[in-house]
Amino acid sequence: MSAIEPTPSDTPIRNQLVAGRVRSAWIFLTPMLVTLIIVAAWPLARSIWFSLTDASLLHYPEAKFIGLGNYYYSKTITMDSGATTTTMKGVLVDGAWWNAVWNTIRFGLVSVLLETLLGMAVALVLNAEFKGRGIVRAAILVPWAIPTVVSAKMWGWMLNDQLGIINDLLLRMHVISEKIAWAADANYSMIAIVAVDTWKTVPFMALLILAGLQQVPGDVYEAASIDGVHPIKVFWKITLPLIRPALMVAVIFRLLDALRIFDLVYILTPNSSQTKTMSVISRENMFDFDKLGYGSAESTLLFLVLLVMVTLYMKLGRVNFDGGVQ
Amino acid sequence: MANIQLKNVKKSFGAVNVIKGVDLDIRQGEFMVFVGPSGCGKSTLLRLVAGLEDITSGTLSFDGKVVNALPPSERGIAMVFQSYALYPHMTVYQNMAFGMKLAKSSPDEIDKRVRKAADMLQIGQYLDRLPKQLSGGQRQRVAIGRAIVRDPKVFLFDEPLSNLDAALRVATRLEIAKLHHAMGKTTMIYVTHDQVEAMTLADRICVLRDGLVEQVGTPLELYEKPANLFVAGFIGSPKMNFFNGNFADAYKAHTIGVRSEHMEFVSRGGWQGKVIHAEKMGSDTYSFVDVGSAEPVIIREIGTSRHDIDAKVAIAPVDGKVHRFNEQGKAI
Repeated sequence: MSAIEPTPSDTPIRNQLVAGRVRSAWIFLTPMLVTLIIVAAWPLARSIWFSLTDASLLHYPEAKFIGLGNYYYSKTITMDSGATTTTMKGVLVDGAWWNAVWNTIRFGLVSVLLETLLGMAVALVLNAEFKGRGIVRAAILVPWAIPTVVSAKMWGWMLNDQLGIINDLLLRMHVISEKIAWAADANYSMIAIVAVDTWKTVPFMALLILAGLQQVPGDVYEAASIDGVHPIKVFWKITLPLIRPALMVAVIFRLLDALRIFDLVYILTPNSSQTKTMSVISRENMFDFDKLGYGSAESTLLFLVLLVMVTLYMKLGRVNFDGGVQ
Repeated sequence: MANIQLKNVKKSFGAVNVIKGVDLDIRQGEFMVFVGPSGCGKSTLLRLVAGLEDITSGTLSFDGKVVNALPPSERGIAMVFQSYALYPHMTVYQNMAFGMKLAKSSPDEIDKRVRKAADMLQIGQYLDRLPKQLSGGQRQRVAIGRAIVRDPKVFLFDEPLSNLDAALRVATRLEIAKLHHAMGKTTMIYVTHDQVEAMTLADRICVLRDGLVEQVGTPLELYEKPANLFVAGFIGSPKMNFFNGNFADAYKAHTIGVRSEHMEFVSRGGWQGKVIHAEKMGSDTYSFVDVGSAEPVIIREIGTSRHDIDAKVAIAPVDGKVHRFNEQGKAI
């Protein structure tokens, strides 16, 4: 007879324990799941549904299902003369939409790149030991803390062509020879949006990167100094690889945010086709033009673009959220 | 391959003086251990030698050449850190080769040195692994390997065993002792708070307290002729028994100290007392006897004790094994 034989009561007791744990896990998870369903899943599903209908703001309860008509449909009309003309409609053949897509992607890539570089520089400075570091760290967060509506208005005034301080300063420094309507001029409005967004978001990036920097153990730098590694090499060979997980996550956050940008564009450069983003054009269709279905189709496409961009980024950057970078 | 000389070396962090004037000669090929309680400045002293901290005043010279202003990488040192300080994103091989690679050594030379060091430490099969895939003991070997690859004149160890469990600590201690024999000409400085490590590894020990050197000497010199009460109490386990008052007066001293193995049970005379506790280690027994001194007296007996707890006993120091100290705590 073997010494170890499972007693019959062993298995049920274990199962009871596991069942108890599973039950309490569900109790803790349920409020979050319910909240997510109400504020995320349901609106998303609704907006996808509206995108398949001819809904308008006033008549959305009676909206009719029209398939993918908001995305693309073509109609061929045969004239009396026998000639045919084909009209193509839908978001996918809408020049204004593709302009917005291009604006958004251009804005997203340029601003996230700038914010990452500047944020890294600021984080490296803040990671150094100096007097008053705590105050500087708090102060640098101010742009991030100001509501976007407020900072957009503020910058709107500062960038104003007649009264703005920016033009005044640049004129006095002889950088420009005449006043520029930064927000209104088609040549400059995207630059203005990128600049203000960068100003606002560098602190956020800097703090996320700083958190990564502080995870790097100090003795590794001491080992490097004994190995005789040049400071610039230390950055590339040691600091950067070690903060890469934090950096990747920071960039994902920013990329998601930047591709959805709405408030800054809507307030600083209203109605400029140079800066109109996917969010702005989708809102415009839904509420200004009362094309709820069409606008919803654009929101849905925005959602898909985000999904693709972030998935690509995570694949290419080999990010995993369990333990940073593989 | 270096004589290291410290002359009146001082170090302060802001208003805090950590090292308060240390004079010390470390001879070529010597294994010197800095030992002392936490906060005594032993790690700081090592970091001054390494060049990781600036010397506030005084001079540090290697082979007669002042190196105060020399960066760590140009001092010909290698250091093993308490927390290993391996580069987490590099494999064992890359960790060991990194310094040489930056020095633009030839790949063949790098490969030869890395593999030789890996063989010495038996980490050859882990060369492709990342530090996080290794156990603590293996990581510390890699850290030691990385130091060996640098072929240093001076080898510095900063409490290298304190993150290891007891069994591994003994095994790695042996490795380090063997390493010292194998690298005969390399000067080694080793910091520890553990006096057993100090006693077992050192050629000479430097006992530090509050940023000052209390005594420098071979392990047995410190054990047999401690210069003062602090060294007498710090070196040796269990701690030396100290007696004041009447006990000491009989020996014309302010304080006397007797090691546990130099106390014995006597059948007549001696100090009367009661056994209050016994630690039975198997090979030895440490009996704690209350004779009315400040702390119970610890007596070491070989094997198991014949004295039960609560037994009334008489004890006395072995003749000629009493350490006498004056009021300043200096040995007489």
